[in-house]
Amino acid sequence: MAGAADTAPKRGRFAPYGLLSPGIIWLILFFLVPVAILLRASLSSQPERFVPDDLRFKWKWSNFSNALNRFGPQFQDAMRNALIAAVVVAVIIAAVVVLRRGLWHSTRARRLLIGALVAGFFGAYIITSTVDGWGDHFQRSFLYAGIATLLCIAIGYPLAYVIAFRGGAYKNLLLGLVVVPFFTTYLIRTIAWKTILFDNGPVVDILQSIGVLGDSGRLLATPGAVIGGLAYNFLPFMVLPIYVSLEKIDVNLVDAARDLYSSPARAFRKVVLPLSLPGIFAGTLLTFIPASGDFINAELLGSPTTSMIGNVVQNQFLVQLDYPTAAALSFVLMAIITIAVLIYAKALGTEDLTG
Amino acid sequence: MADDTVIGIEHVTKRFGGFVAVEEADFAIQRGEFFSMLGPSGCGKTTTLRMIAGFEQPTTGRITLEGKDVSLVPPYKRNVNTVFQHYALFPHMNVFDNVAFGPRSRRVAKSEITGRVRELLEVVRLADFANRKPGQLSGGQQQRVALARALVNYPSALLLDEPLGALDLKLRQAMQLELKRIQREVGITFVYVTHDQEEALTMSDRIAVMSEGHVEQIGTPEEIYGAPSSVFVAGFIGVANLLPVTVDSVHGASATVTLPGATHSPAVVSGPSITAGQSATLMLRPERVRLSSVEPSGSGARLVTKIMQLTFQGPVIRADLRAADGTEIVAHIEPEDDLPAARSGDDIWLTWDDDAARVLPLADIRVGGEAHEIEEMGQVAFARSNA
Repeated sequence: MAGAADTAPKRGRFAPYGLLSPGIIWLILFFLVPVAILLRASLSSQPERFVPDDLRFKWKWSNFSNALNRFGPQFQDAMRNALIAAVVVAVIIAAVVVLRRGLWHSTRARRLLIGALVAGFFGAYIITSTVDGWGDHFQRSFLYAGIATLLCIAIGYPLAYVIAFRGGAYKNLLLGLVVVPFFTTYLIRTIAWKTILFDNGPVVDILQSIGVLGDSGRLLATPGAVIGGLAYNFLPFMVLPIYVSLEKIDVNLVDAARDLYSSPARAFRKVVLPLSLPGIFAGTLLTFIPASGDFINAELLGSPTTSMIGNVVQNQFLVQLDYPTAAALSFVLMAIITIAVLIYAKALGTEDLTG
Repeated sequence: MADDTVIGIEHVTKRFGGFVAVEEADFAIQRGEFFSMLGPSGCGKTTTLRMIAGFEQPTTGRITLEGKDVSLVPPYKRNVNTVFQHYALFPHMNVFDNVAFGPRSRRVAKSEITGRVRELLEVVRLADFANRKPGQLSGGQQQRVALARALVNYPSALLLDEPLGALDLKLRQAMQLELKRIQREVGITFVYVTHDQEEALTMSDRIAVMSEGHVEQIGTPEEIYGAPSSVFVAGFIGVANLLPVTVDSVHGASATVTLPGATHSPAVVSGPSITAGQSATLMLRPERVRLSSVEPSGSGARLVTKIMQLTFQGPVIRADLRAADGTEIVAHIEPEDDLPAARSGDDIWLTWDDDAARVLPLADIRVGGEAHEIEEMGQVAFARSNA
């Protein structure tokens, strides 16, 4: 870098900013500006009869407490559950690392323990500050999105593995097939699933005739349908990053592991899986984040009892026209996801994997 | 050498579809020896190594390890370890964990693992690098980690697949000596695959020269160099002059041949199936011939040639000569041997001792093709007699 700057000072200095500027402009226009508008809305008061331009900015923090009062128990549960899960995962990983590796990886172990303690502190705080039960929009969002993400990993990892290591000449064709559903719009794809899972449709008929579903059983309007729809719609976002990380793995490494007395299963566990964690990490972010804010699947494949926080925000914005409440809920969602992602990144420690 | 076979290759043939990678390989590798498989790319040496490691199964024949048939045993159940061409170090583990990988797979006690890993890192002189990741090491250091990672398992044999191929010349020469030192220190059988004849000559106790799936010759470096059994081996190892001759008579291992200049020369029969009257090839190593500006006295073999070029190469002067029939001959002469007033275009006499001339069966087309390829690769200067 320094050498390049010496020989071509002007180009060397400004070229990186030039290359970055489209991205920066895009982020400012379509991320920072909307977030600022959303933030302003979340702290504004709204006249009785709705006029969108008539929001008055008043530092109205009570919007947050009002929103949380109306959806409060739900929010607290969600927060609590997310944090309990994070704490459990972090503590287990920290314990495993510290117990099995001694103190060689002291920096990593230390970092994990600090993460676990911080998460534990917040978790304990939330747990003691709430007594409410399960079953609300926030909590449902994270539950459904979480299960859909796990499903995507369970389906997508083997798929990516086969394409990467056994695809041979068909690699590009198979990857193309993974992406083909994206040629149809999201909405149409989900409506298609509605037809497939329809009460008098062939799938329900077959499942009823072989006794998996009761005679009055149905697929549509169940949590299963919503989760299935989410998993289906976000599967390529899981498959592609995992494929990329698997593709990069030198097959000689697998040979080396087998040569060093590892059974195929151990070679996978010790070499392939750790080296593909960055792909799983990226895939999880690309799946979990949009899935937890999604409202299409719950709207089309679910029922009122399966509606997610995305449905609430959409309803508040577009039906109730209550911009401040909707904006406040959006911010809470963003905050929870940010915290969850940070904890997740710490636990997986992806920066250690690439070095 | 006492028969103490570690690895037995018994009538092994390996086919990939219609392609024969290895045909009827049949030899034994002795305990504690440094055994090299040498040949150009595609000669089947790596396939043979992969069959010993267990990554490939022989199509016919069998492979034994410590007397047991392991032809169908998977690699993780064989007590041999491999140093891969590009090391194949695990990038997500530090040096210690890389070396400890094998013992951990075998569930060796933890305290013992630590001791063994430390010991091996001492042997390869990387004790201070235990916490580094492979990406933070130089090529030579990665090479030594790969060695330690294999040796820490105390294998019956260590398999090395062109391990020095990715290193630059200086480092490669240093690593050759280093490898030899380590092999002496640990006393483990090394099976070494290379296409670099100099590397094989420097390090090996015995060499198997391979070509197109066939083992051409097995022997010590001296035997391979001094008494090659075929034109291919003669041309592949070092520099060889190959002259077309006719065999006059054969008596056991000694023969008389007629050279292009119609002079006669005694020679040693090196290859099999040499009979009187047939056409054959005479091999002369460049350093075994002498030059003389006047016709030598005595009855020994001689050939008059023309000097095409003299090149100073440091330890030797290389003389490119041409015989009357156009055959090109290379001679290496010591700078001290003064050749008064010899310069390009002069006639000069070529003589050699009887035992320096080796009669070999004529090269078939297959070997001729190989030789051409080798010449293009620039690995050996190869004076072709039957161009």
